[in-house]
Amino acid sequence: MLAFAGRLEAHAIGAMWRPAIHAAQHARGHSLSFDLRNVTFCDVGGASLLAAVETAYGAPVEAVGLAERAIGLLERARAAGKIEQRATSISPFTLRDVAAAAARLLAFSVTFIGETAVAFAELPRHRRMLRVPDLLGYVDSAGIRSLPLVVLLGYLIGLILAFQSAVPMRQFGADIFVASLVAIALLRELGPLLAAVILAGRTGSAFAAEIGTMKVNEEIDALTTMGLDPVTMLVLPRVIAAMCVMPVMTMTLDIAGLLGMATVMRGFGYPFVAIARQVQEWVTAGDLYGGLFKAVCFGLVVAAIGCRAGLGTGVGPRSVGLSATSAVVGGIVATIAVDGVFALVFYRLHL
Amino acid sequence: MSEEPIIEVDHVAQRFGSRTIFRDVSLQVYPREVFVILGGSGCGKSTLMKQLIGLLVPSAGHISLYGHAITGPGGEAALHTVQQRIGVMFQSGALFGSMTLLENVMLPLEMFTALPPEGREAVARVKLGLVGLGDAAGLMPAEISGGMARRAGIARAMALDPPLLLLDEPSAGLDPITSAGLDRLILDLRQDLGATFVVVTHELASIMAIADRCVMLDRGAYPDAGGVIAEGKPRELRETSTHPIVRAFFRRELPGAVAA
Repeated sequence: MLAFAGRLEAHAIGAMWRPAIHAAQHARGHSLSFDLRNVTFCDVGGASLLAAVETAYGAPVEAVGLAERAIGLLERARAAGKIEQRATSISPFTLRDVAAAAARLLAFSVTFIGETAVAFAELPRHRRMLRVPDLLGYVDSAGIRSLPLVVLLGYLIGLILAFQSAVPMRQFGADIFVASLVAIALLRELGPLLAAVILAGRTGSAFAAEIGTMKVNEEIDALTTMGLDPVTMLVLPRVIAAMCVMPVMTMTLDIAGLLGMATVMRGFGYPFVAIARQVQEWVTAGDLYGGLFKAVCFGLVVAAIGCRAGLGTGVGPRSVGLSATSAVVGGIVATIAVDGVFALVFYRLHL
Repeated sequence: MSEEPIIEVDHVAQRFGSRTIFRDVSLQVYPREVFVILGGSGCGKSTLMKQLIGLLVPSAGHISLYGHAITGPGGEAALHTVQQRIGVMFQSGALFGSMTLLENVMLPLEMFTALPPEGREAVARVKLGLVGLGDAAGLMPAEISGGMARRAGIARAMALDPPLLLLDEPSAGLDPITSAGLDRLILDLRQDLGATFVVVTHELASIMAIADRCVMLDRGAYPDAGGVIAEGKPRELRETSTHPIVRAFFRRELPGAVAA
């Protein structure tokens, strides 16, 4: 006999839940009935408790003294409990699932690269689908609007780099070489790399979120059913825009960084002429062109990864956020990996 | 009807992993008819629709549009040849968020016709007027209600005057007057343009008003999967069907005291 008293409602059943279930489990094999004569009120929560206790006991329990109205509720709670049991079929996660998911991801990435390449190749036939106003819009949002940030970051990096390297260089009386050191580091390496990081953070994530939202809203499906290729319509203009703006961003960052370096060197007492001569003497045009070429490639990689993340968006608004995150992470990691390849290639080619 | 069917669905099934949405669905849609796919939530209506327009490849079975098989080898090429003869309205409207309603309707015209810009705009305005959105042409999709978005979706689906229109729940969430207006529009277009409609819906009033024939899907058609439980003219189904779920749907008679 399990006796309940008072109001069986959502607020009250919390304290009784575990003791009641416990008691019912202990009563397995013995007879059990509910004494509900002192219950003044029973809502759906109360009925759910009774149904759960019954499930724990393993057999229907006779209820004594339940109000007419509450009997109906108990019936519903019992029926709902049965449905729930039928519907739950969450299978455990196996290594095979993980491998399958990884294979799907790889296949999706390869497909994406292939589709983008095909879209590029077929662009002359599908010129209409590449909308010039869209393209200019992406150039504006990805490139021109990021220039203030590029200038600020470039200047600060030049400043910090010059200042940090000046201290050890000074011990050898070589502090004039700070100018050429910073210039080469910026033009060859840091300029394109930092521009790519800015692009990934500002633009790659935006591309992923834009395309991801379109995917969630069925807009991608709508394009496909109209016979319009989403890769040509959405991915190509973004990738082309990113490849166009990256050299400009890199160049701006280089110049701002050199100015930052010059500020520090002026502080150490070197005139501008000496700094400029030092830079001219050590830096070649090849350093600049190599950096700009890398920048174009980084633009391609970051924008393509952003768009791929967007097209791979799953269902629901939450997955848009996930796509944006993976666009930034993927973009930065891929940029650095590509940069490593460039370092190797440039070394082999003696550039 | 003696004509060749526009849509032929032959023993189609859809599985996602271990979950079977439905199995063994077959149907034919003939020219100039309004064909309704109906059923409760989660029975696979929209999934079937996605298969019809080639967004989902069925796990089994074949689908042909205008006599071209869009499943199996060569299906994708066949799909491209028929794509411009199909207009699709998605459940959410699926309007392009960066364009106004007018630009949304103009997009297919821009891509697939040689119309000059002023011609595109004129045609697009007429289409928006047909769905009662003539005064909303300049609004962005984010500024309008769900019902308006769905109507704009229909206008965009009609942009190229396709002979076959597929509408996914056009009247869900609309007020009864607008909904009746949409039903009227479907019947008018069928009469004036000879268009064929496939409509996914569970609005009883709408079904009775527009459907020539319908097919009803249900989640519990098989022990482990959904499928077709009834097919025919809606009036006949209402009067003569003995299937408990069909009766529940058309006559609001619940099969048991506690509905599962």
